[in-house]
Amino acid sequence: MSTSLHRFKLHDFHGGMQLEGHKAASLTQALQRASLPDQLFLPLRQHIGEANRPLVECGQRVLRGQVIADSLSPISAPIHASSSGTVRDIAMYPIPHPSGKPDHCIIIDLDGKDEAIQQQERNLDKLTAPELIDLIGRAGVVGLGGAAFPTSAKLSRARNYGIQTLIINGAECEPYITCDDILMQTYSDEMIKGAGYLQRIFNPTKILIAIEDDKPRAIEAISHALATGPLENTILVAIPTLYPSGGEKQLVKRLTGKEIPQGQLAFDIGILSHNVGTCVAITRAIELDEALISRIVTVSGNGIRHPGNWETRLGTPVDHLIKLAGGYQLDRHDSQHLVMGGPMMGFSLPSGRVPIVKASNNILVMQQQTTPPRPGYHDECIRCGKCAEVCPAHLLPQQLYWQARAQAYEHIEKYNLFDCIECGCCSVVCPSQIPLVQYYRAAKSEIRAAKQAQFKSDRSRARFEFRQKRLLLKKQLDEERRRIKREALQKKRPQVEAADGTIDPVQAALERVKAKKQALDIKPQNTTNLTAEQQLKIEQTDARREAVRQ
Amino acid sequence: MTSAFVSSPYVAPSNSLRRLMINVIIGLVPGTIAYAWFFGPGILINIAFAVILAVAIEAAVLRLRNKPIKPHITDFSAVVAAWLFALCLPMQSPWWLIAVGIGFTMIVGKHLYGGLGFNPFNPAMVGYVVLLISFPREMTTWYLPVDVGDEVLGLSDSIAYLFGLVDPQRWDGLSSATPLDQFKTGLGQNLTVSEIRQSPLFGNIGGVGWEWIAGGWLVGGLWLLITRTIRWQIPVAVLASMSALAIIFYLIAPETTVPPLFHLFSGGIMIGAFFIATDPVTAATTDRGRIYYGILIGFLVYVIRTWGGYPDGVAFAVLLANMSVPLIDYYTQPRVYGDE
Repeated sequence: MSTSLHRFKLHDFHGGMQLEGHKAASLTQALQRASLPDQLFLPLRQHIGEANRPLVECGQRVLRGQVIADSLSPISAPIHASSSGTVRDIAMYPIPHPSGKPDHCIIIDLDGKDEAIQQQERNLDKLTAPELIDLIGRAGVVGLGGAAFPTSAKLSRARNYGIQTLIINGAECEPYITCDDILMQTYSDEMIKGAGYLQRIFNPTKILIAIEDDKPRAIEAISHALATGPLENTILVAIPTLYPSGGEKQLVKRLTGKEIPQGQLAFDIGILSHNVGTCVAITRAIELDEALISRIVTVSGNGIRHPGNWETRLGTPVDHLIKLAGGYQLDRHDSQHLVMGGPMMGFSLPSGRVPIVKASNNILVMQQQTTPPRPGYHDECIRCGKCAEVCPAHLLPQQLYWQARAQAYEHIEKYNLFDCIECGCCSVVCPSQIPLVQYYRAAKSEIRAAKQAQFKSDRSRARFEFRQKRLLLKKQLDEERRRIKREALQKKRPQVEAADGTIDPVQAALERVKAKKQALDIKPQNTTNLTAEQQLKIEQTDARREAVRQ
Repeated sequence: MTSAFVSSPYVAPSNSLRRLMINVIIGLVPGTIAYAWFFGPGILINIAFAVILAVAIEAAVLRLRNKPIKPHITDFSAVVAAWLFALCLPMQSPWWLIAVGIGFTMIVGKHLYGGLGFNPFNPAMVGYVVLLISFPREMTTWYLPVDVGDEVLGLSDSIAYLFGLVDPQRWDGLSSATPLDQFKTGLGQNLTVSEIRQSPLFGNIGGVGWEWIAGGWLVGGLWLLITRTIRWQIPVAVLASMSALAIIFYLIAPETTVPPLFHLFSGGIMIGAFFIATDPVTAATTDRGRIYYGILIGFLVYVIRTWGGYPDGVAFAVLLANMSVPLIDYYTQPRVYGDE
């Protein structure tokens, strides 16, 4: 394997930044198992897609691995109890989300016994591709690289395309995060097996395992695992450490030289990529009938005493992990800034009460004085273009900023705002220290909201117009009905008689036309039917006018 | 506890405006030293006067506009603009000439448009061109460099001159047109290149002293490139396009055309290429656009120098190119990832 490591031809993607890794601190200790907390808080939605519905009731006893919430939607992943205990409540609770808003959670009081549900025996060799995907889906596996897209949904969809290249993403390019690094060191065999199952489902022509070259121990471990449990047509590729090379678009370009076309998915060019952690979860789901109830979480940053990695049950409060990591560096509680995810793309946590969810790869604890001082004030853009140099999407962030600031949203889309992956490079290099990504996020949500509103108003208009049409039609029908009735009545009525007692048809017709005309000519006037008093007033006024005129 | 935090990234910014401007000021040092060496310390007085005035005007305008004064003053953009402006002026400029120019630079060129980041035209060039058009006599006579004239003005004489405390006629014998101007006049009188270069004003490459000053800008420019304060596209395009034109016409008629190297090391082309055309606010912002923008400037400088009414054309070339920036930027957008 080591020879292919050097021979493999890599391609450049535009932009990117060399960031300080800060990874050594959390790698000084081996992977540890986090102890069980007293309570678990499991949000009903931990993935991209439809929220789950709870399948348990308050007071019900649940076992480890038991499904406690599920959805019928194809894009969803069920939630399992991460340990045994009693459901205390199903209620709104703070969750880790960029919006900072709480969401429905199942709260379980743990009994500490960690009793598991009955696991099923399987004949692994006989499982077909759809059966494998079904097992992965029922285990609640989602993409563990951060996006948390339901894996079974991704796999079923990818089966409609011819997948030639399978990319296993172990780049882990964000600073501080080492959970994938330690996962590859610790569970290399399971990871390779997971890749093997994906190979069985898709039968791609090649598998590329990509790891950034700042992780020599992970590269060695995977290389060793490949030597002992070989995987056909597999190349282990050490890629240069350059943020954001772990982004799917950037990694695809780096490894294949191809670009995922705008508005399309990697499938469209025959590529499927999965995170290394997802591969391990796949193996456990298939071989051990083990649902996704835990994940590796890095706790790092200059605000924590003992950085490290913990294999953590989902639903464990962040505070519990902080305690395991030795607590905060500074005693004052308000001097910490908690971030879930990396420093480039993560988001601030409202408090340490929020639970670890499927997407939580990292808890970054920063001392407040070391976070960049970004008060409301920032300098103005001087169009230096440093942002454009580092933009991996090859956008012109300076122009996007200009349009976003002017709220010229129809122009900003011409500058491809929605190709922005929010990697944060532009914000970091900006000499005017403008929080550029924040402007883009705001512009994106404004545009989405405007489109939603437009859609709603279009629909309302369509409904209104249809109603108008319907009412008009009804009126016409009514009139038609009345006319028929009237005509029928008219036939019965005695006709206009001439002086000689006979009916003159010509005269009658003329009368009718006259009547009709009169009816049409009548216009409401405010000078008819005046009282004598009013009439007098008008005459007086006219007289006055006449006098003035003379 | 976190409501005060903006969204990610939470990584300390790696650049600052102040850092960029300080880099530019450092880059200006070698050329400025050469200037003072050959033409006397008066230039330093002019720079100091212009800088103090510019910062004062900036502070006053910021106050009028209800903007925070300290962060804007300490970004040193006013210092850079005033420094560049002072370098463009003849050394024996009276104080009012500098004051009028700086006033236009700071108020009209910069703040009337909204301040740093919003001005479409290079502020220093706006101030300079206003003076060039309004006061042609004051703007076109220069001192002789130290090796050519009998003496250069000392520090106290320069200060006295600046504020009109002495009779300026006293030094009339020391001033003359710039070598670039002499070349133009000479060619107009049907003199050949070699005849014109007989004048003691001319050195090995450009004019005496001037070639060293241009060398100083080149060194400073390389510093800007190394520190990534500027990118290579604009200076390279400016110098290359002007040189290309100069070479073509020189090859056609070497005895009646200004030599290319003389062009490169005379007048404002070197400082223009590295320090003036690269002003990011008023330059093109796309990589490809910067090349077109630079080519346009180099082309215009050659055209104005050769066939125009002024001996040098950097200021006009830059202002004309500034006008075309929105158009250039619009048509030179890079291909976005995944765009076919």
